[in-house]
Amino acid sequence: MTTSHASPRETTEGTVYTVTGGDWDELAQTAAKSDDERIIVNMGPQHPSTHGVLRLILEIDGETVTEARCGIGYLHTGIEKNLEYRTWTQGTTFVTRMDYLTPFFNETAYCLAVEKLLGIEDQIPDRATIIRVLLMELNRLSSHLVCIATGGMELGATTIMIYGFRDRELILDIYELITGLRMNHAYIRPGGLAQDLPPGAVDQIREFVKKMQKNLPEYDKLATGNPIFKARMQDVGYLDLSGCMALGATGPVLRSAGLPHDLRKAQPYCGYETYDFDVPTADTCDSYGRFLIRLDEMRQSLRIVEQCLDRLQPGPVMVGDKKIAWPAQLALGPDGLGNSLDHIKKIMGTSMEALIHHFKLVTEGFRVPPGQAYAAVESPKGELGVHVVSDGGTRPFRVHFRDPSFTNLQAMAAMCEGGQVADVIVAVASIDPVMGGVDR
Amino acid sequence: MSDAKGTNGADGSNGVNPEKDLAASNLPGRRGDGGEEIRVQRGMFGANNGGDTSGYGGLVRSIRLPGESARPYGGWFDEVADELEGALEEQGLVPGNVIDKTVVDRDEITFHIEREHLPRVARTLRDDPALRFELCTGVSGVHYPDDKGRELHAVYHLRSITHNRLIRLEVSAPDADPHIPSLVPVYPTNDWHERETYDFFGIVFDGHPALTRIMMPDDWQGFPQRKDYPLGGIPVEYKGAQIPAPDQRRSYS
Repeated sequence: MTTSHASPRETTEGTVYTVTGGDWDELAQTAAKSDDERIIVNMGPQHPSTHGVLRLILEIDGETVTEARCGIGYLHTGIEKNLEYRTWTQGTTFVTRMDYLTPFFNETAYCLAVEKLLGIEDQIPDRATIIRVLLMELNRLSSHLVCIATGGMELGATTIMIYGFRDRELILDIYELITGLRMNHAYIRPGGLAQDLPPGAVDQIREFVKKMQKNLPEYDKLATGNPIFKARMQDVGYLDLSGCMALGATGPVLRSAGLPHDLRKAQPYCGYETYDFDVPTADTCDSYGRFLIRLDEMRQSLRIVEQCLDRLQPGPVMVGDKKIAWPAQLALGPDGLGNSLDHIKKIMGTSMEALIHHFKLVTEGFRVPPGQAYAAVESPKGELGVHVVSDGGTRPFRVHFRDPSFTNLQAMAAMCEGGQVADVIVAVASIDPVMGGVDR
Repeated sequence: MSDAKGTNGADGSNGVNPEKDLAASNLPGRRGDGGEEIRVQRGMFGANNGGDTSGYGGLVRSIRLPGESARPYGGWFDEVADELEGALEEQGLVPGNVIDKTVVDRDEITFHIEREHLPRVARTLRDDPALRFELCTGVSGVHYPDDKGRELHAVYHLRSITHNRLIRLEVSAPDADPHIPSLVPVYPTNDWHERETYDFFGIVFDGHPALTRIMMPDDWQGFPQRKDYPLGGIPVEYKGAQIPAPDQRRSYS
């Protein structure tokens, strides 16, 4: 690359330099010539270390950040609006794409809210609930692995990145076996699950747990005591408890300030009160504390996964009410996953009513009594809340996701202002924002 | 059921008081009354742009959300309501003027607050030791275009970590005057949430430090999450058949 930037352009606010990569020497020399030390840097929205299309607007004085602001909205896809034009069941296909690193949490939170509106929380089969917990905890592992991996990469620690993605791949293989997809699953449906676990899934998860118990200490050995890692992370991205409460930060950010608030313990859902696990906390309020919490949460998630596997008993995975239960008799055909031929033979050949019912349920959907509900789950990033309003129709009247990434990202300014430019990256990585969830 | 109606005459001659003994839970679901009407639905299948071939064109239905609840609300709901009313009285306010109504539905309590009192109520809920709702989970807008005079709703969920409780506040504003006081001074976390709700619904949060669009481009016209704002989309061809855009498809609501 011969020119690293286009020629400077004058505006009323000052000189604008556009840098797209390559050698910055020329730019540094030009900037040094001007007598103004105060520079506004636009980082992103296309920048490898801003976790997706996040734009950071930093006002810097030398190496110090004096003001930091976020520009978001670059990944806004109007999911909440789209949901109002689909049936309640089709909604899972949309919400799974919000925070694409935590699809099972989005699906579960949405389904819990819809089930609350329907008043069928008590009728969800045990097996479906246990599989939901199982998948959510695997998902917590895969989300934290990405956070630690990409966070490490942004520090220049590429080994952590390779380790993280190596282990995440094992989990994605399990997702693929169970749901057919590595992400965007739409596997958890209002009333239960799309289908049961396939043969071999339990064995593969058991094998994974064994492998992961061997791999997790590697992160400890590599990073926890590493002086360079600690020097970059400790006291960076500081946010104390009062800051967390004022800014509504939840998840590892809140727990790094010492408050053991976890919705799985405080307001248990999906039977979390019956599982044995701890809520790790730290009192350092910094990025390093959040890293340690994530590592420990992965150990706890493995414990829960093992308990889920021990509890699994054969049984239905969809609610018994035929007016709600989406036809879950699926089988793999030559053109992909679809209704099983046996089921189609039965409804086409023997029962016209069953055929009509199937057709109505799939095209029209089920009606949900009017009212509103709020369901919240503890996602890897914090409180993931879903506010759902129904007007009694077959489509949601309004669905709003309170995504923890969106709320926690507001803390970026409080964490970064007054610090070094290089620490901005560490602080943002410790929040672990995913723009799919922030922008929706 | 007709038998029950016959024996329990209005004169109560058999000693049964129909008002008391026929609890709502013993009766089949009733349509057309109870709750709060938000819309009147005519016809079915969302088809109102052509001749009625379904035979359902004359159907008139009232769409109703759960209405005001009477005391006791049950569980800790009464405690929170008592504490809130008491704290408001201490501040020289009449609770009836501040809290429009209280709805208990699906194990959740909703306080409908008059908009001018919202910041005072939120501060009380946050600071009163018996209430202590420290965490606000943001604001969610809802647009009821047919609920005249209260088209725009802002819904807040407040969580108390101290007492492990969750309540909902709901505030409404007419479309003609879409102003609601900002809660940023009480809950700074609502900064981005209020910007988002303004961006999508056009609710103006008075007192917000910098109420600008957050998701949509700065020069965007209109408020996309309002019900009268079209979704847009194009027809999709699948195996030779045309499938209309999502907002043109038949709706059963």
